[in-house]
Amino acid sequence: MNSLKQSLISKRFTITAEICPPKGTDTSGFLDKARLLKGQIDAANVTDNQRAVMRLSSLACSLLLLREGIDPVFQMTCRDRNRLAIQSDIMGAWVLGIRNILALTGDHVSFGDHRNAKAVFDLDSVQLVQTISKLNEGNNINDKPLKGGTDLFIGAVVAPGAEPWEPEMIKFEKKIEAGARFFQTQAIYDMERFQKFFEYARQFDIKILGGILLLKSAKMANFLNTNVPGVDVPKRLIEELESSKDQLEKGIEIAARQLKELNSFCHGAHIMAIGQEESVVRIIEKAKSVSSAKTPGN
Amino acid sequence: MIITKKKEPSLILEYLDGRKKVYLFGCNSCAEQCQTGGKRELDEMTVILRENGKEITGTSLIDETCYKMLVKKEFKANEAIMSSDAILVLACGAGVKTVAEIAENSTPVFPALDSLFLASVERYGRFFEGCSLCGECILGSTAGICPHTLCPKGLLNGPCGGVINGRCEVNIENNCVWVDIFRRLKAQDRLNVLKKIHPPKDYSNGVKPRKVILERKKTRA
Ligand code: SF4
Ligand code: SF4
Repeated sequence: MNSLKQSLISKRFTITAEICPPKGTDTSGFLDKARLLKGQIDAANVTDNQRAVMRLSSLACSLLLLREGIDPVFQMTCRDRNRLAIQSDIMGAWVLGIRNILALTGDHVSFGDHRNAKAVFDLDSVQLVQTISKLNEGNNINDKPLKGGTDLFIGAVVAPGAEPWEPEMIKFEKKIEAGARFFQTQAIYDMERFQKFFEYARQFDIKILGGILLLKSAKMANFLNTNVPGVDVPKRLIEELESSKDQLEKGIEIAARQLKELNSFCHGAHIMAIGQEESVVRIIEKAKSVSSAKTPGN
Repeated sequence: MIITKKKEPSLILEYLDGRKKVYLFGCNSCAEQCQTGGKRELDEMTVILRENGKEITGTSLIDETCYKMLVKKEFKANEAIMSSDAILVLACGAGVKTVAEIAENSTPVFPALDSLFLASVERYGRFFEGCSLCGECILGSTAGICPHTLCPKGLLNGPCGGVINGRCEVNIENNCVWVDIFRRLKAQDRLNVLKKIHPPKDYSNGVKPRKVILERKKTRA
């Protein structure tokens, strides 16, 4: 089985992709997508009630991936669980064989399909990373020893395109201090700016997976620009999409281009293709065919 | 100041269904300032209830309706209160609770207002939430700006990924409170405060119900 940690440590260009759990208990579509991605990627990220829309548990779906022979990245947000539930779920993931975890703040409930819900946020993402580190050391959040701890590979997210950047940078460094070892970034469209971020981040002992978000259409690109913080799809890409006959195909081509670019300097890439997981395979294939992969710049 | 807002009259009439004689309490403090429980609002409520066939047995505008001694005095001075079928209180929840405590098991007490938040008053009639009384004030390390209250997620270690050009994705009209905190700390040359990991909040300081009982000071005349 491919493993995220092994791949990153061995300095191979590492590719992960996001898989979204189903809105219910029918896992057939989810598993189909997983089987499609198997062998193509190093690990798959399972989202945790993304956009505050209630879905099948990220823990359960991570286990399903594991059974399929895919290394899962168990995403956990701070929105839905207090510190007791957070710790027991993380230990639960560990005993089930899950080895990677991605700590996120989580979208506010006001975006989702349960707007009348109570948002928890007992911990924030830095404190969540810190908590996982403590579990890794065999202690609980209150520094009380556990009967067996975890040894999870801890990830977090960073938004190199955040405006203003400085507060985001301070938080990024706090996540590193708290124990995050790999970072998944928000979708990148400004490669030059991202490269600058990467150069700055080299000083830390972390691995970075650059975020690639598949643009399915010009409409989606416009939507992202107005609705998703920190994402700024440049005009020329929108025009490129608009002028093509098959916009999805064009989107795949753009993503493949970005993947190739990342391959030339970054540790890896994280592909987000919301609902279009089958396109991930095409993006990877296309990136290979554009020209032979360069040596990764670890 | 405690900010309150008027309940819909239809809801109040529902409370008072089957009760004819109604006594009204207002509050000359916060609710007066909010224009929800002062003299004018007591008069308005009197008109509304009369129009709906109620008999108003009297009204009292207490300086602070949350102050038990003051309310008790009013009950003693005014028999009409206890002989009414219902008491309607135009004050915050603490005021309603105080009146209900004195009325005890006899006359039912109903709220005319919804209690919203503890506010800073920008100027007359402009109220903004700034503190949620968490029991463990961290303003010393957040430049006097409360993320526990002003960040919809109550984050303690900096902004989430939802900052849009310095604004908050949850309500784009608002600045991201962490950007505000950052800017002020930076201006004060205190960014080192922000760089320290803030530990998880201790919610044991806020276990409800809370109370404070001051020791009597003998030295005071
Ligand atoms: S931290 Fe915020 S909510 Fe808590 S006491 Fe201070 S201002 Fe109030
Ligand atoms: S954008 Fe800022 S204020 Fe809004 S939820 Fe995120 S951290 Fe809190």
